[in-house]
Amino acid sequence: MQKRTKILFILIGLLPISMCIAAGVGAYQILPWRIPEILFSQKDGFAVLVYVRFPRIILSAVVGAMLAISGATLQGIFRNPLADPGLIGVTAGAGLGATLWIVLIGGGALGIWGLPIAAFACGMLATISVWKIAEGEGKVSTLTLLLAGIALNSFAGAGIGLMTFLADDEQLRSLTFWLLGGFGGATWPVVFITLPIAIIGLLVLSRQAAALNAMSLGESEAYHLGVSTETLKRWSIFGVALTVGAAVSAAGGIGFVGLVVPHLLRLLGGADHRYVLPGSAVGGAILLVSADLFSRTVVVPAELPVGIVTALIGGPFFLWLLLRFKREIFL
Amino acid sequence: MVELENIGYRIGRSWLVKDINVTIKSGMLWGLVGPNGAGKSTLLRLISGELLPTTGEIRCFGQPIQSYEPKELARIRAYLQQKRDMNFPFTSLEIVLFGRHPYLNGTKETDKDVSIAKGALQQVDADMFEERLYPTLSGGEASRVDVARILTQAPDLYLLDEPTNHLDPRYQVQILNLCKSICSRGKTVITAIHDLNLASMYADQLLLLRNGVAVACGPPQKVLTLDMLSEVYGIPFDVLPHPDGYSWVMPSLDTL
Repeated sequence: MQKRTKILFILIGLLPISMCIAAGVGAYQILPWRIPEILFSQKDGFAVLVYVRFPRIILSAVVGAMLAISGATLQGIFRNPLADPGLIGVTAGAGLGATLWIVLIGGGALGIWGLPIAAFACGMLATISVWKIAEGEGKVSTLTLLLAGIALNSFAGAGIGLMTFLADDEQLRSLTFWLLGGFGGATWPVVFITLPIAIIGLLVLSRQAAALNAMSLGESEAYHLGVSTETLKRWSIFGVALTVGAAVSAAGGIGFVGLVVPHLLRLLGGADHRYVLPGSAVGGAILLVSADLFSRTVVVPAELPVGIVTALIGGPFFLWLLLRFKREIFL
Repeated sequence: MVELENIGYRIGRSWLVKDINVTIKSGMLWGLVGPNGAGKSTLLRLISGELLPTTGEIRCFGQPIQSYEPKELARIRAYLQQKRDMNFPFTSLEIVLFGRHPYLNGTKETDKDVSIAKGALQQVDADMFEERLYPTLSGGEASRVDVARILTQAPDLYLLDEPTNHLDPRYQVQILNLCKSICSRGKTVITAIHDLNLASMYADQLLLLRNGVAVACGPPQKVLTLDMLSEVYGIPFDVLPHPDGYSWVMPSLDTL
C-alpha cells in the first residue's frame, strides 16, 4: 500500500477514536466502551452524551475539517504555503458581522440564529467584494485577490475595533468570547444547519485537487496543462467562502488549524493535493476535537476559548516545523 | 501545421507583437531569435492560446486556437516556460506526471502514465533524481525535469521558451538533439533561443524579431547575416562559415 493511502487510513481510524474519547471525558466521566450500552439503554449519562457532548464533538470535527481543507485549498490557489483561510476576507467579514450584530442589534435578537446568520452573510459579502475587486476582463488576478483580501481584513479589523470600543461590559464579554472561538453553544440545530453546508463545501473543494496540483506550477503553466484556471479559482473561492463562513458562524474565529494541518500532511506524505485535501479535512477534524476536549477540561469548571488553545499549540508547533524542516517545506 | 495570420498583440498603447504572418509546417524546428524584449515569449504565448491576439488569427492544425477546450489544447501543444517557482515539496516524478493532467480520466494517473513519465525522465538523463524534491534541484536539473514534463504531455506542437537556459553545453546539445528527433517524428517545435550558434546549427527555419516585428524569416544562413545581425542587435558581428556548412556568428571583439 502506498505511504499516503496508509496515512489517510490511519487518520480515518484516529478520528472516531478521538471522538469517542472526547465523548467520554468531561465533568461527567463516561468510559468510551460503555457509550453503545448507554445509548442503547438510555441510562445515566444518556442526556449528557446525546444533548451536550455529541453535537459539540460533531460540530468541532466538522469545523476543523472545513478550516483545514480551506487552508490547504487557498495555499494551492495562491501557491503559497503560508496562506490562511482568512486570507480572502471571509473570517474578518464574518467577525465584523458578528460584532455589529452583538453591539448594534443585540446578541439575543432572532434567538440563536441572529448572530450566525449575520456573521455568515457578512463573511460572504466580504469575499464577494474581494472577488469583484480582483475581477477584470473576465479574469481574476490572484495577486489582486490576495491584496484586496489583506485590505479588507484590515478594514474589517478596524470595524471590529470600533465596535469593541463602543461596546458595554456585557457586550464586550460575549464579543470577546465569540471572537476567540468556541463550541460552548453547540446544539443539534446548529449541527444540522452546518453539516449540509460542510458537505457541499468539502465536495466542491476536494474536486479541485488534481487541478490544484497543476496550479502549483503557476497559473499559466496550469493553463498549458489544460486546466480552466478561472473555473478552478471560482469554485475554490466559492468553496472556501462557504466552508469558512459556516465554520466561523458556528464557532467564531479559530486560528491556525488551516495553516498547521496542511503543513503537517505535506510533511508526512508530500504535496499532492489529492492526498493533502482529504487528509487535511480528517486531520483538522481530529485536531479540533482534541483541542476542544482540552479547552473544556483543562480549567474545569471554566472553559477556555478553543481559539486560544489552537493558537497556543499551533504557534509553537508551527515554529518547530519552520525550524526543523526549513529546507523541505519552505523552499 | 500552425498558421499565424496578421498577428498583433497590444497592451495599452504599445504593440508587443505586430504584423506577424508565418506558416509553420509540421516536422520543422523553428527558432525565434532577437534581442531581449523583441517579443519572442509573447509570440509563443500567443501561439499557445494563453494570450488572445489583438489582431489576426492563429490556426493550429486548421482550427482557430481559441476553438479548442483547454484540456483538448493541452493534448495538442505543450509549453515550456522560462521561469519557474515552486513552493511545494513535489518530487521530480510528480512534477513530470503533471504532464499527464490533460489525459487524466478520473483523478489518478494510471501505471501507463507513470511509465511514460519515467521514460521521459530517462530521455533527459534525469531519472536519477526521480524521487528528489523538485525545489531542491539545481537550475539545470530542474530544466531537464521540466523538459521531461513537456515530453510526457506528448503534444504535436512543442513551444519552448529558452529551453537551453541554465544548461551546460552537453545538455544544451542533448535537449536540441531531442528537439530534432521530435521533429523527425512529424511533430513541430518552436523555440525561443538566444544562442545564435545553436540556432544556426539546429533550426530548420528562423524568425528574427525586433520590437515585435519580424525583420527576417527563413533558413538560418539567410537570416543570420552580418548586416542583419548588426542592425538588429546594434553591435558589429563576425559571421564565419563552419566546415559543417552552417554559419558561425559572434559579436566582434573591437566593440568591447
